[in-house]
Amino acid sequence: MAEALATPLVPDDYLDLLDPMRTGADLRGRIVEVRPETADAATVVIRPGRGWRGHVPGQYIRIGVDIDGVRHWRAYSLTHRADGSAAAGIPAGCVAITTKAIPEGRVSTHLVRHAAPGTLVMLDQATGDFTLPTPAPAKVLFLTAGSGITPVMGMLRNHLGELDDVAHVHCAPSERDVIFATELAGHHDAGRLALSLNLDDVHGVLDLARLDALVPDWRERETWLCGPTALLDAAEQHWADAGLPERLHVERFRPSVVEPGEGGTVTFAKSSRVVEADGSTAILDAGEDAGVLMPSGCRMGICFGCVVPLRSGAIRDLRTGEVTVHESDEPLPVQTCVNAVAGSCELDL
Amino acid sequence: MTLAPERTPSHGSTKPQGINPRLRVQSDTPRPQRPALKKSGRPNPAAHLTPDQIEAIGVELDALRKEVMDSRGAADAAYIRKVIKVQRYLEMGSRAALLFSNVKVKGFRPAWWIGTAGLSVAKILENMEIGHNVMHGQWDWMRDPKIHSTAWEWDNASPASQWKHSHNEIHHTFTNVLGRDNDLGYGILRVDEDQKWSPFYLFQPIWHVGNALLFEYSIAAYDLELGGYLAKKNRMSEEDKAKFRADRDEVVQKIKRQATKDYLVHPALSAATGSARTTLTANVVANLVRNVWTNTVIICGHFPPGIATFEKTSIDGETRGEWYLRQMLGSGNISGSKAMHVMSGNLSHQIEHHLFPDMPSNRYAEIAPASATSWSATTCPTSPGRSASRPRRCTGRSSSSRCRTRSRAVGAATSSSSS
Repeated sequence: MAEALATPLVPDDYLDLLDPMRTGADLRGRIVEVRPETADAATVVIRPGRGWRGHVPGQYIRIGVDIDGVRHWRAYSLTHRADGSAAAGIPAGCVAITTKAIPEGRVSTHLVRHAAPGTLVMLDQATGDFTLPTPAPAKVLFLTAGSGITPVMGMLRNHLGELDDVAHVHCAPSERDVIFATELAGHHDAGRLALSLNLDDVHGVLDLARLDALVPDWRERETWLCGPTALLDAAEQHWADAGLPERLHVERFRPSVVEPGEGGTVTFAKSSRVVEADGSTAILDAGEDAGVLMPSGCRMGICFGCVVPLRSGAIRDLRTGEVTVHESDEPLPVQTCVNAVAGSCELDL
Repeated sequence: MTLAPERTPSHGSTKPQGINPRLRVQSDTPRPQRPALKKSGRPNPAAHLTPDQIEAIGVELDALRKEVMDSRGAADAAYIRKVIKVQRYLEMGSRAALLFSNVKVKGFRPAWWIGTAGLSVAKILENMEIGHNVMHGQWDWMRDPKIHSTAWEWDNASPASQWKHSHNEIHHTFTNVLGRDNDLGYGILRVDEDQKWSPFYLFQPIWHVGNALLFEYSIAAYDLELGGYLAKKNRMSEEDKAKFRADRDEVVQKIKRQATKDYLVHPALSAATGSARTTLTANVVANLVRNVWTNTVIICGHFPPGIATFEKTSIDGETRGEWYLRQMLGSGNISGSKAMHVMSGNLSHQIEHHLFPDMPSNRYAEIAPASATSWSATTCPTSPGRSASRPRRCTGRSSSSRCRTRSRAVGAATSSSSS
């Protein structure tokens, strides 16, 4: 009945106007506060819509933010208490993420510098398997660097009381860059965890050989690791060399950086075709030549009849030279008739 | 501005394609000078332009496009979201008023008049400034899956997918090419002297009125290519027939849903106040108003005298510059207030829309003076004063009157920037 009233729209389209946060709506949230943590990091406190199903500490959510009118999706670890109670200045019932503005990071920079309370953002339910098991292991090591502290802070704020023996090695460029410095120091002073800071300007970038000195019994500890790719790769090697790869639990965040090139490989994922195309060949033409059933229309960029979702990679507009890089895991609909591959790309076709 | 990137030797395995000539301004082969007369013996529009001049127009317009597209931002996104919000509240409010449409105050039914007027405006906004433009992909850049050309369905009999094919793909690509662009008279009107005459057109005023009143259904039949099917069904392949049947079922379903909403469910809701019949008439009137209005805007955009048509062969190997030129010569603008522009879906800026169909409609007004510079530079010399004696029902409909209005616009822009 409601659908018959609303067609060709759906009832949700009207209800969203009245209450975008209601149960049953696409999950959204409203920014409550943006609280600086360091000079270039901030905690964003968000009140989620009533469809929010909660999370397990260590998990992340995807947030869709409109920047200059364009929606961007990124994943961030949750740092609030899973039982919904207030903690660390985060009001009850709110979710919190912490992000660090990095030079090329459009979304992180926007959140830290420009996000305003009251702004509506899109959310996804929490996901991820970077979580602590039950029962908790007897001895734990957290190894974190930069904003890699965030999922671990999520665990500490929820589970620290259940953990008997916690060692934490955290790396940061300098002392003033340490996110949650006061909170961590408080836990250390109270004997709830043993914190070792590795500051690049004092100790140099962490050499994992130093672990023997910082945490002599690291081999006996279940370890949770989050930080930049270089650290993750080095640590995985280090633990593998020690014959203990199963002790290491890793959260990889940084999206693989796409370097646009000229021409390259086009992957048509659903039809399992991979073709090489030059920088002046429209993806539409490349696909048709390879026998892929491509939707098409005007072949000059005006009718939008050829639009298919781009899953990853980079493309270049043959008319303007403008490069579009796929940055998130949200499929991005693109026009195949006016875009050529720029390096490599994968299409949902 | 950047054109297509340098063509580097292929390192891939696909055969070299050559770029679609419409994707760039420069052609591989020299383009011929246009003959002074078309095959029909009528003057060839813009025959005075050399191929180089036409390419220069292309360069100018590409630069204009880039400037606007690069500056799309939060204000534009806020604009379309606001229009959508206003439209939906207006529709809900109007439909709420119609629940009491039979309530008489001093022999007069105020809720009927308010509800009908509001619903008519809401339907026009939905079809023109929102539906038409969203389905053109004007707002795809926002990456909002709900305001996207691939997802939008509009409050009209024609299903979005079929309309996008016949409008975006056929009409906008082959604008005013006789035999290719069926929007020229929709197969029932003869709107250009180069269209073949037949006695059928003697009754054209009747066809026109019928078409305008039933516009959403005639567009649905037209997008379905019903006429072509009836004419050719004996010669059609089984595959084509199956495709037609699938499309037909889609249209029938859409019309059923639309009619159920407007003519059954909403009137039924009004039954409680005894307003079922008046709600039904309100919905009928609102749909008629929308039909006549959209039809009128479209007629003024493409059919007035002075707007050029083109022969099929004239677009062989057409370059980007030539395509732009054809769009300018084949469309006409309507002058009016800001409200008029919004209610027409900014199709009052039909020329700008045809040059850049995927540009957000709220930006057409600001580029009108700039595109007019290209326009008057190219078209004014053709026939100064030619149409002085022509009627001007839609302002700016004929070449030279457009020259005048547009020159004024350019003049105004220049003087304001120099003051």
